[in-house]
Amino acid sequence: MPSVCFYFQVHQPLRLRHYTVFDNNHEYFDDFKNGSVCRKVANKCYLPANRLLLDLIRKFDGRFKVAYSVTGVLLEQLQRYSPEVLSTFDALAETGCVEFLGETYYHSLSFLYSRREFLAQIEKHTDVIKHLFGQTPKVFRNTELIYNNELAALIEAMGQFDGIITEGADHILGDRSPDFLYRPKNCRHLKLLLKNYSLSDDIAFRFSNRDWPEWPLTAEKFAGWINDVNGNGNVVNLFMDYETFGEHQWEDTGIFDFVKHMPEKILAHPDNNFKTPSEVVEAFHPVDTVDVPHIISWADTERDLSAWLGNAMQSNAIHELYRLERQVKNSQDPEILSDWRKLQASDHFYYMCTKYFADGDVHKYFNPYDSPYDSYINFMNVLDNLQSRCGETAKENKSFNLSPAAESAGLQPIC
Amino acid sequence: MLGWEFPPFISGGLGTACYGLTKAMNRMGIHITFVLPKSVQSQYATHVKLLNPSSRNASSSFRIDELKNVEFRTIESDLKPYATPESYQQRIEDTIRRKRLAHGGKAESTLGLESDYGSDLYNEIHRYAALAVELARDEDFDIIHAHDWMTYPAGIASAAITGKPLIVHVHSTEFDRSGEHVNQMVYDIERQGMQRADKVIAVSHFTRSIIIGRYGISGDKVEVVHNGVERNGNGDWSLAETGIRSDEKIVLFLGRITMQKGPEYFLYAAKKVLEVMSNVKFVMAGSGDMMHRAIELAAELGIGHKVLFTGFLRGQDVQKIYKMADLYVMPSVSEPFGIAPLEALDNDVPVIISKQSGVSEVLLHALKVDFWDVNEIANKVVAVLKYPPLQMTLKSHGNFEVRKLRWRDSAEKCARIYQDMLVTAWEGDQTVGL
Repeated sequence: MPSVCFYFQVHQPLRLRHYTVFDNNHEYFDDFKNGSVCRKVANKCYLPANRLLLDLIRKFDGRFKVAYSVTGVLLEQLQRYSPEVLSTFDALAETGCVEFLGETYYHSLSFLYSRREFLAQIEKHTDVIKHLFGQTPKVFRNTELIYNNELAALIEAMGQFDGIITEGADHILGDRSPDFLYRPKNCRHLKLLLKNYSLSDDIAFRFSNRDWPEWPLTAEKFAGWINDVNGNGNVVNLFMDYETFGEHQWEDTGIFDFVKHMPEKILAHPDNNFKTPSEVVEAFHPVDTVDVPHIISWADTERDLSAWLGNAMQSNAIHELYRLERQVKNSQDPEILSDWRKLQASDHFYYMCTKYFADGDVHKYFNPYDSPYDSYINFMNVLDNLQSRCGETAKENKSFNLSPAAESAGLQPIC
Repeated sequence: MLGWEFPPFISGGLGTACYGLTKAMNRMGIHITFVLPKSVQSQYATHVKLLNPSSRNASSSFRIDELKNVEFRTIESDLKPYATPESYQQRIEDTIRRKRLAHGGKAESTLGLESDYGSDLYNEIHRYAALAVELARDEDFDIIHAHDWMTYPAGIASAAITGKPLIVHVHSTEFDRSGEHVNQMVYDIERQGMQRADKVIAVSHFTRSIIIGRYGISGDKVEVVHNGVERNGNGDWSLAETGIRSDEKIVLFLGRITMQKGPEYFLYAAKKVLEVMSNVKFVMAGSGDMMHRAIELAAELGIGHKVLFTGFLRGQDVQKIYKMADLYVMPSVSEPFGIAPLEALDNDVPVIISKQSGVSEVLLHALKVDFWDVNEIANKVVAVLKYPPLQMTLKSHGNFEVRKLRWRDSAEKCARIYQDMLVTAWEGDQTVGL
């Protein structure tokens, strides 16, 4: 009786504009490009996919369910550039069949560099989800599904969450299946949902690949694979970028038709059903403990951090960024804080990746820069300017020393 | 092969390219007769040994130790690469004046000289052609491979006499050298060479598109063979020997100081860099017809004390300057290929190259700019000097990337083209025979 659990990651970065060492203004982000990309993706993906899923939820009268994790930076952009998408998300939330997950507001790697910042961003995200969709997230996903034992312990200690999501990487599971619930090591309450990367990637990456022996993938064939799990697993976790629908896989690949027919085919088997992550956590017991001492992620074949922190430029850029934390917070300037946080998005570091640069693969597709070097130079120029702003405000506030309480007050949502 | 310069007698990339290609072909066992205009000038230090150096005949022959399969034939001629008809005329006059002085200004030697040397470049090229044809008659070979325009008439004539297939190898075009101020004679020679050739080899897609667009040559006939780079093994220089303080950063321009290489953009960018950084020196290594203009411009911009001109460098001096440099900048306006950035990377110097270059087609781990975008050149220069992780990543990835660009691959590609042509020629013969 496998349950099918869909979770879609919904995120668009705030791309930086071309910023040279000679620039000296505070306009770091390319509003024009961000606006046009946001509207483009809204038209190709968010709007048609939301409408389709809404129709399906209504059609199956509560038997078809999905979950989203929408970043704060995207919500801000949608508010500004494409508010109609927000209203369709709101309509989805109202059906009661859609769950919103918790994550860092800024799609950041802050877990790795600043616990205080990490927790503040989760809170900020929780607030905005509550405000917009009337739900308090109960299941947590970290940026890029980055995970280890320590993260699970930290999330459990927050008290807000019942479940946590990560990649069903082979090397953490051994010969175990991702299609069960597990218990993170050293946790008593939190349950671990693992992505079935094989079935997820069949949709997200291989769907339109004509060299793939299984092409074309039909809803019927896919439902057959889900049925095969019957007896060997409790839940098939299908986690993917929402942009899969209409943006990574274009409409003419038939991806929307696939989605349209998939619930019907899956529900055709009486043992199958759909569950949201919270329902999965509610319904099943953990079958075993999973020990993840070293950090994993959902990226590339390595499933490690090398896509964001693999070379000297990436690690330099992110260290310099977090080194500014105290200065930024001491400045008590909400604009500086907001700019600093927007620079934390993992995307900025992804653009600096030199791995696979030569192959012109997926890394390149998502990269607004000609080369990883250009992206590093741009980022560092912006960071340099941000730092100089902190210095200026620090001079103005010289007499004023910040208490820890005031510092955390600076972490309130600044939409 | 018809060429016009070969190490150590070089003044630019052409000789380096001919050397790299010939050396790799030599290793593959291809037999080459390399015909050169004889302009051996003794002030250049030599690192290759010449065997049987010249007799007094119009053509003489020698071999170089390391190139067993290559026979060099020199033709008594004063052809020099990168010459223009005007500069050539000037040089002929200088030579005549010098010889006249040496001979005590006697009238008869002047007369003698005028028959020895063509009175203008056009005649000289055709004299080179005539002598090359003489040579071609005696030699046994399968293919004629002519490098750049001054040898095209020789190539065409030799092909006509012997019926062998002709390849012209385009290392640069008149549009690269002169922008839109094209010398009609040179253009005509280039176009004729490309038209008459059975195959045209371009050193980049950048150059291939000029050949198709500006010379009206059919794309089917034009193949791209990118240049490689000769690995030199780094010399062991310490900064102490160079007389530059270790807290000063060095940004290097290395190449002929001519319109084509964009020296003024280098200086404008230097000016901008110095607005935000002070511990930087800009070194311009090379000579050329814009050298004086460049020196003046540096002074006009008020950065004369920050710009050093070294004149033309060769051999170990080049190694030494790379050792000193933190960054190499090639702001070429139009660069068919550009071997120097590869040499810089081979010497662990990161590079900024113009997008208007062939080498940017083969290098990923380089910073790329439009030559006219002085602001962006300066932005990137500052970044490399300011952020060690950037310099380090560019260096290590670039050095690795350069190792994959081997002359062997270029030679193999040429050999494949030879093979195809010989098959075609043979099939052609069969048809004629029937």
